[in-house]
Amino acid sequence: MVLNVQDVTKSFPGAEGDVPVLRGVSLMMERGETLALTGESGSGKSTLLHLIGGLDTVDSGTIHVGGHDITVMRDTERAALRRSDVGVIFQQFNLIPSLTVEANIAFQARLSGTFDAEHAARLSAALGLNDHVSKYPEALSGGQQQRVAIARTLCARPGLVLADEPTGNLDEATASEVLDQMLALVHETGAALLMVTHSQTVARRMGRHVHLSQGHVV
Amino acid sequence: MTWTTLTALLSHWRRNKVQFFALISGLALATALWSGVQAINAEARASYDAAAATLGEGQFDQLVPRAGDRIDQSTYIALRRTGWQVSPVLEGRLSTDDGPVRIVGLDPLTAPGGIAPVGMQEDATLDDFLTRGVVFVAPDMTGALEGAVSQRVIADPSVAPGVALTDIGVAQQLLDAEGQLSRLIVARVQPMGLPDIATVAPGLVRQPAQDAGADRLTDSFHLNLTAFGLLSFAVGIFIVHGTISLAFEQRRGMVRTLRALGVPLITLIWLMIVELVIFALVAGGIGVALGYVIAAVLLPNVAATLQGLYGATVAGTLQLRPEWWLSGMAIAVVGTGLAASGALWKIAQMPLLSSGRPRAWAVASGVTAWRLGAIAGVLFGAGAGIAIWGQGLTLGFALLACLLIGAALMLPLVLRGAVTLADRMAHSAVWQWFWADTRQQVPGMSLALMALLLATAANVGVSTMVSSFRVTFVDFLDQRLAPELFIRIEDAAQSPDLEAYLIANAREVLPLLSVETDIAGVPSDLFGVRVGPTYRENWLFLAETPDVWDRVAEGEAVVVSEQLARRAGLWTGDPVTIAPDLTLPIAAIVADYGNPLGQALISERLFRDLFPEIVPLSFGVRTDDPAALRTRLTNDYGLPETAITDQSRIKAFSIAVFERTFTVTGALNVLTLAVAAFAILMSLLTLASIRVPQLAPAWALGLTRRTLGQLELLRALVLALVTTVLAIPLGLLLAWVLLSYVNVEAFGWKLPMYLFPSHYALLTLFALLAAALAALWPAIRLARTPPSDLLKVFANDR
Repeated sequence: MVLNVQDVTKSFPGAEGDVPVLRGVSLMMERGETLALTGESGSGKSTLLHLIGGLDTVDSGTIHVGGHDITVMRDTERAALRRSDVGVIFQQFNLIPSLTVEANIAFQARLSGTFDAEHAARLSAALGLNDHVSKYPEALSGGQQQRVAIARTLCARPGLVLADEPTGNLDEATASEVLDQMLALVHETGAALLMVTHSQTVARRMGRHVHLSQGHVV
Repeated sequence: MTWTTLTALLSHWRRNKVQFFALISGLALATALWSGVQAINAEARASYDAAAATLGEGQFDQLVPRAGDRIDQSTYIALRRTGWQVSPVLEGRLSTDDGPVRIVGLDPLTAPGGIAPVGMQEDATLDDFLTRGVVFVAPDMTGALEGAVSQRVIADPSVAPGVALTDIGVAQQLLDAEGQLSRLIVARVQPMGLPDIATVAPGLVRQPAQDAGADRLTDSFHLNLTAFGLLSFAVGIFIVHGTISLAFEQRRGMVRTLRALGVPLITLIWLMIVELVIFALVAGGIGVALGYVIAAVLLPNVAATLQGLYGATVAGTLQLRPEWWLSGMAIAVVGTGLAASGALWKIAQMPLLSSGRPRAWAVASGVTAWRLGAIAGVLFGAGAGIAIWGQGLTLGFALLACLLIGAALMLPLVLRGAVTLADRMAHSAVWQWFWADTRQQVPGMSLALMALLLATAANVGVSTMVSSFRVTFVDFLDQRLAPELFIRIEDAAQSPDLEAYLIANAREVLPLLSVETDIAGVPSDLFGVRVGPTYRENWLFLAETPDVWDRVAEGEAVVVSEQLARRAGLWTGDPVTIAPDLTLPIAAIVADYGNPLGQALISERLFRDLFPEIVPLSFGVRTDDPAALRTRLTNDYGLPETAITDQSRIKAFSIAVFERTFTVTGALNVLTLAVAAFAILMSLLTLASIRVPQLAPAWALGLTRRTLGQLELLRALVLALVTTVLAIPLGLLLAWVLLSYVNVEAFGWKLPMYLFPSHYALLTLFALLAAALAALWPAIRLARTPPSDLLKVFANDR
């Protein structure tokens, strides 16, 4: 099992005390599986994704990624997990503006010590980035930047890919194209893909669909 | 991971070259001015140390003649016979083809340890020193001495600059002073039960150790230089702080991404520290090299200043001493640390999931501006407290620091107020937008404008001080150099005859009778004056009692200089002991600028009674026709031309010495202002990168790029103008503190303050010109921004 989320709760401080966002969420994913996480705004989708990625900590419950309980890990251990086992694709791309496309793609793999130039070149070609490798992110369109972010994540061969509305900033045609490429490449690497999305069209393209409402899986 | 992350961090600078240049150059400039000043100080101190080691200055008590400049060797022998552990020194100038050399003769057998630490290299032994005769000489004087003396000349860098050191017997022979000594060094440990020195040697005066050295006298000068160096460093650090703050704000997104990709926060912080330390070392190295150049250029003038003001000799060449270049590197690292600490702290506190977008670069946002204003209020209060109750040179500089830092911290609040006022008065939409946008720019420009404020205020303050000093000094010269001609002869036997000739041919003759002595514990010159119309009509007093000159002429009172009065804690009416059996009340205090020694004036008659052996060798002469008298003196009386000096030549020479004295201050002034202009340029250039999103909407609404560029230039000019106008009263306050507080503590004299409106107007113009030049390039760049770049701001697809 790549991911095992059990009874996770999370609250955030509000003006009138703590506001519960997740109220005992449980979720499991196997290797190679794709899962769409949907729900209205404020339902806790992104929060759950951040908790699984070790970007934030739970109030209670457990999260096992690749067999490791990340809820008992220290900050540096969770950082190490993000370098090697988990890849996160953000809606805002989060590329490093001062590195070229080529350096951005290689970046996470270099961090985790798993960089393979051939693999990077293959991803670059598959995502149609070969003509842009020496450019800087500011010279790319939104769709191209998101492709670079996908290549960066997959280049490190993580077992679990977390994507937070990766096509949310793109037009419909570009979004569809990027999604196709992402799904094909995830399938090729055998990683599990957990994608947060508002779009039912995108959700239907995934193997499984979980809906969050008011902090519960429904 | 470490290397990959460091590469990503460094890539920011590669993509933001202007920012990188601003950081390195700001730091290098700051270090350069600081280490340049430190290099000068280190060189001067090394010279003092060498002088102290060679001549015993400052380390040991010394016995000096009560009057005159020679001690008979029999007095020394008498003291030794009674058990006093004293060692003889003979000093004098030896003429050589390359100019005079200062010969110092010592007795190595009786000299206390620590005196004359020359190395006995080149096979020279103590035996050589005592018998065959060896002269150790500072390397700069070797050429002058070789061939001029028959003794062996050995260059030794530990000998003080301009000095040749030899056995006392050799010195007596070279200086033609057989059986004569200049002073006696008193060993720290003496046997018990010795007779009183006054009994054995009544003609000698004991000078305590600390009064003899150059260190104490010159400390204030070096403190002045250090303060200037620190001010320049602070201005440079403003640039560094501004650049680092902006760079770190722009890297917030990168930091978030790096952390999301698995780089631990602690690793990131350490790597950023490593990155900054590398930059600090590189910039520090460049700064130290620049500092060396600055110091090498300024050192000859500093040496002249120290010689002129304090009589301290400093080598005119610079050595790469570890104490200053290491301090330069250290302050570069510490300055970077200070400038970056806030930015690093913010990064360390930034939650991983916070927005990665750069916030408005608000060094001084509204709330911060009020906070800084409150701190400024506290500093002004502390400054007022020091001004009222504080004493001492260090507190004087603390007062200056309170004023300058307080004013700098107050600046953002004042600028915001000024811009808000202008905004309220604006009627057209463009001007309303202009003032609103200017208010938005104030935080980003604050640091550069603070630098401009400090540099301009320092310029106003120091130039007011120097110019006030100049006016006072010229007045002072007019008073003191009233005689139209000055005559100096070498032969004492000629003195009475010459005086008689002058009395017969001139309106008034003023013999210049003086002796070096010790008055109220202060090394001083005692003058015997012939009270007449010249003294009565020309000399102005700082404080006086009735009938000053009548009482002096009658031998009932003394006039003393301000330095002597302040150092001895005396004022008019107080009694002061002039000689063992002569104590007189002080009738008046006179100014005596630029003289490290005290000065006391008694009547000629009294002086001749006290020192009958002294005959005047110089005369001031009052005449209605100096040219005719000069001709008569040379043609009829037979005086050589060189014996007669015109008043105008002495004045010109004195003013030239004065101007050279302040060359260093002037140079540092200009450099600090240049650094401030550079700070403005760097601020505008680095801000330009975040200006496009702010200006694009105005462009979209109909303002042309050319208009936007012009408004950017105008904005820089307006902010610089407000800052400079504020700097003028601050600078005048600074001048007042320097003239009335720091000068009294440092030099012993208080100066009147004069205002120089035309200079301030010119300085304002220069500051505006500097700001305009600094703003021109960013404005042109903005005016030429391609529309596609402006349009990107509105693109959703980004």
